[in-house]
Amino acid sequence: MTPILELKGITKRFPGVLANDHIDLSLNKGEILALLGENGAGKSTLMNILYGLYQPDEGEILVNGEKVTINSPTDAINQGIGMVHQHFMLIPVFTVTENVMLGNEAVKKAGFLDRKKAGDRILEISNHYNLKVNPDDYIRDLPVGVQQRVEIIKLLYREAEILIFDEPTAVLTPQEADELFKIMRSLVEQGKSIIFITHKLREVMDIADRVMVIRRGAMVGETTPAQADKQSLAAMMVGRAVNLEVDRTESTPGELVCSVENLTVADKFQNIVVDDISLEVYSGEIVGIAGVQGNGQTELVNAITGLQKSLSGKVTLLGEDVTKSSPRQITELGSAHVPEDRQADGLVLPFPVAENLVLCTYYKEPFAKGVLLQYPVILKNAEKLIEDFDIRTPNAFTPVGSLSGGNQQKVIIARELSRPIKFLVASQPTRGLDVGSIEYIHKRIVQKRDEGCGVLLVSPELDEIMELSDRIAVMYRGKIIAVVPNKGITKEYIGLLMAGVVPEEPIEFDETAVVEATF
Amino acid sequence: MSEEKKDLGQEILKEINQDQTPTEHVRKPFLGKAAIPLLAIVTGLIIGALLIAITSQSVYAAFGESIGKGFSTAFSEIGTAYKALFTGAIGDPVRMINALGGDDAKELRQAFNPFLESLVQSTPYIFAGLAVALGFRSGLFNIGVEGQLFIGAACATFVGYSITGLPAWIHMPLAFLAGALGGALWGFVPGFLKAKTGGHEVINTIMMNWIAFRLTEWLLSGPMTRPGSGGMPISPIIQKTAEIPQFFPSPIRFHLGFFMALAVAYLIWWLLFKTTWGLNLRTVGTNPRAARYAGLSTTKSIILAMSLSGALAGMAGAVQVLAVNRSMALGLSSGYGFDSIALALIGNTHPAGVVLASILFGTLRNGATRMMVVSSIPIDIVDVVQAIILMFVAAPAIIRSIYHLRKPKQEEQQIFLSGWGGQS
Repeated sequence: MTPILELKGITKRFPGVLANDHIDLSLNKGEILALLGENGAGKSTLMNILYGLYQPDEGEILVNGEKVTINSPTDAINQGIGMVHQHFMLIPVFTVTENVMLGNEAVKKAGFLDRKKAGDRILEISNHYNLKVNPDDYIRDLPVGVQQRVEIIKLLYREAEILIFDEPTAVLTPQEADELFKIMRSLVEQGKSIIFITHKLREVMDIADRVMVIRRGAMVGETTPAQADKQSLAAMMVGRAVNLEVDRTESTPGELVCSVENLTVADKFQNIVVDDISLEVYSGEIVGIAGVQGNGQTELVNAITGLQKSLSGKVTLLGEDVTKSSPRQITELGSAHVPEDRQADGLVLPFPVAENLVLCTYYKEPFAKGVLLQYPVILKNAEKLIEDFDIRTPNAFTPVGSLSGGNQQKVIIARELSRPIKFLVASQPTRGLDVGSIEYIHKRIVQKRDEGCGVLLVSPELDEIMELSDRIAVMYRGKIIAVVPNKGITKEYIGLLMAGVVPEEPIEFDETAVVEATF
Repeated sequence: MSEEKKDLGQEILKEINQDQTPTEHVRKPFLGKAAIPLLAIVTGLIIGALLIAITSQSVYAAFGESIGKGFSTAFSEIGTAYKALFTGAIGDPVRMINALGGDDAKELRQAFNPFLESLVQSTPYIFAGLAVALGFRSGLFNIGVEGQLFIGAACATFVGYSITGLPAWIHMPLAFLAGALGGALWGFVPGFLKAKTGGHEVINTIMMNWIAFRLTEWLLSGPMTRPGSGGMPISPIIQKTAEIPQFFPSPIRFHLGFFMALAVAYLIWWLLFKTTWGLNLRTVGTNPRAARYAGLSTTKSIILAMSLSGALAGMAGAVQVLAVNRSMALGLSSGYGFDSIALALIGNTHPAGVVLASILFGTLRNGATRMMVVSSIPIDIVDVVQAIILMFVAAPAIIRSIYHLRKPKQEEQQIFLSGWGGQS
C-alpha cells in the first residue's frame, strides 16, 4: 500500500545549523506515528516544512504517492494536512462555530454568514468522533482540553486526512490528556492518520503505533512501542544512556526551615483556593506537593514566596514570621523560588543572560556598589554560571528569550541555586523540558537537598514527585488531604489521593482515579 | 564647564556605535540598527521630492509645453528646494570654506550660523525626546510631554523674572531646575494615578495636557502677565542672571543649552544602563511580573519614571525660555512634545539615538525655513517628510522590502529558535 504521506531526503539549513539532515519519513493510513526528539532536535522544523511555513532546501514531499509542493498552510490544508498547534489559534470572544468557520466561511446569498449550516456540520463532526463540543459556546468559557478539540474540529471541518499534533499534552491536565488519547484513537479508527510530536516517553508508549526518533536534525531510528521500552527510547533520543531514576540517598532532615500554619488564600475572584493548610519543611528534605493542576498549588506557592497576600494563617521561614513580608525580604532571608511560569515570572526575555542571572540580587554587593552596577562582576558571574550549569548560549549577552526552553530554565535554576540558600521552592521545575534537561535539573535539586537545603517541590507530574520527594503532600481542592513518607507507597495510592479519595475509608474502585495515577 | 561637556558629547557619540545595553557592544556593527532609520530618512526625502514636484505650478506649466521640459523643470525645482534646505540647515559650503580660509571672525560665525541654528532647534527636541524614551523604557507611554513642557517653562519663567539679586551661577541653574521640577510634578500626577489606581497614563497625561495649556494661558494673561502688555498672554522678560548664555553676539543664538542637553542625555544613558535604578526601571518596563517576582516595587518604579520623564519635558520648556525666547508666550512650542514621540521611536528609545534623531529633526526644521523663503515651498512639506520617515520607522517591513534588506539577525535567530523547538 502506498503511504498516505512520504517525506524523502528533506534537508533544511539555517545559518550555521543543519536543522534537518536528509530525513525520510512515511506515514501509513490509519496509524499514529510518534515523532520523538528532544527540544531543538528538529521535529518542529520538519513539521513546519510539511505545513508550508518553511521551504526545504532539498528533498520532496509525496501525498498519496504524488509529489506535491507546499508553499503555505493553505496549500497544506488543500493537500489534507492539518496541524494542531501547541498554542491554540483561537479567538476567545468568538463562538466555536465562528472560530471554525474563520477563513472558510459558509455563506448565504449576498454574503451573509450561514452560522446554522456551519454549526450543524460542527455538531455532526463532534458527534461522529465523540468530541463533545457545543458549536455555540464561546471559546473563552471553555477549558483548555475542549479548546484543543475545537482546534481538531477546525481541521476535520476542512477535511484534513493527515493531522499533526505538536506537543498536544503540554497544556493539558492528566485527565484531559487521557481524553485526547481516546479521541486520537477514534480518529485513526475512522481512517485519519496522525503524526504526534512529543518528547514524553510515556505518551509514546501509550498511544503510538510506530515511533521515529530524531536527534540533531537526523532520523536516528524507527521502532514500535512493543519492541522498545522507555529506557531504550530515551537513549535513542539523547544519544547516550539516560538515568531515568534519580540517585537519591536517604534524607537526613534537620531543623525546621519553613512552616505554614492554617494558611488560607483567595484567588482574584475571591474564591478560597488554599483552604486552611498546614505544612512543614525541614532542612535536608524534599517535600513534594502532588495534585492535579489548579488545586491551589500556585496560590500556596505565591503566598509562601510573598507574591500573594493570604487571608489568614501564618508562614514562618527560618524562624521569622514572613506572612506579610515582601518577596525581596523573603529572598534575602535565604530562600529561592523557581517559578511555575518561567517566561512570565522568572525571566525578562529581551534582557541578556547576564542580567537575568542577577535578576534577584543585582542591587547587592558585589553586583552593585551603591547605585552603580558592576558590569564586569555581573559578566564574570554569568560566565561562571554558564559554565557550571551547562547553559547552552552563544554568550552572556544573548537575550535570554532566544534560548531554548531548557536553557531558559537552566538560567533560572542557575540563578536560584547558586545563591547560599536554606529554602527552595521549585514550582514545576521541568515543565515542557526534554529528558536531558530534566535529568540535569533533578540532579541539581537533589544536590541542593544534600547540602542541607529544605525543598518544597510542586509538580502535577506524579513521576517527578515520586522520584524526588522524601515526603509527599497531596493537594486536592485547596486542602492537603494527606502527607505521607515516600517509602513503599504506590502511584495508585497517590493517584487516588490526587482524585480526592482518602483510601482509609472503604472506597469503590474508581477507574478515572487510576488513570490519573498512572499518568 | 562647557569644555567638560564637550567631552560628554563625545562620549555620547561614542555610544552610538554601541548597542542598546552596554553589555552588548561587542557584537553588532553600527549600521545594523541604524540601517532602517537611515533608509527611512532617505526614502522620506525622495517622497518629499516627488511632493515638491507635483505641487509646483511651474512644473505643471512646463509639462504643458513638453514632457522633457516638464521633467527638467521638476528636477530643477527639487534641486532648488533641497539646495535651499541644505544651505539653510548646514550652511553654504563655498562660503564656509572661504570663511575658514579667511580670518574674519564675524564672517566665520555667520557662515556657520545655519549649522549652529540647527543645533539650537534641536535642543528642545533632545530633552523632549529623552522624556518619551525614558517613559518607553520604563513601560510607560508619556503622551503628556507637551503639557509638562508648558508647566516647566512657566515655572522656569517665574523663577527667572521674579527673583532678583542672585548671581548668575545660582539663578540660571535655579530657574532651570524649577522648570524640571514643574515638569516632574506634572508627570508625577499621572504616574501616581497609574501606580495607585491603575488609571491609564495615556488618558491621564492627555488630560493633564489640557489642564497645562489652559493653566499657562491663564497664568500668562493673569498673575504672570507682562506689565503693559494690555492683557496679551505674555510673561515679563527674565532677569539677565537667569539667562542661559549664548556663545556669540546676536543674531547667532547658539547657546549652552545644547551642551546641557547632551549632558542630560549622557546622564539618562548612565542612569538607564549603568545603575541599579535603571535596571529596576527597565525590568518593570519590560516584564512587570518578573519584576514583582524579583522583589521590585512596580509602584515606585512607575512613579519615579513618570516624574523623571516629566522633569525632562520640563527642561525642554525651561531651556527654550531661558536660552532662546527670554520670556514666555503661548507660541512657545511648535509641538515639541508630540514630535518627541516620533524622535524616541526613531532613536530606538536609546538616549544616543534620540540625540541623533533630534539633531536630524532640528536640522530639517531649520532648513525648511530657508527653503520656504528661497523657493516658496511651504514649510509644511517638512511635516509631511517627517511623518513619512516616522511611518517607515514604525513599519520597518516596508523599508526592508523596498531595499531588499534581510531581517535583523537577532529576530531571525529568535524566530528560528522558536520554530526549531525553542519552545516546542
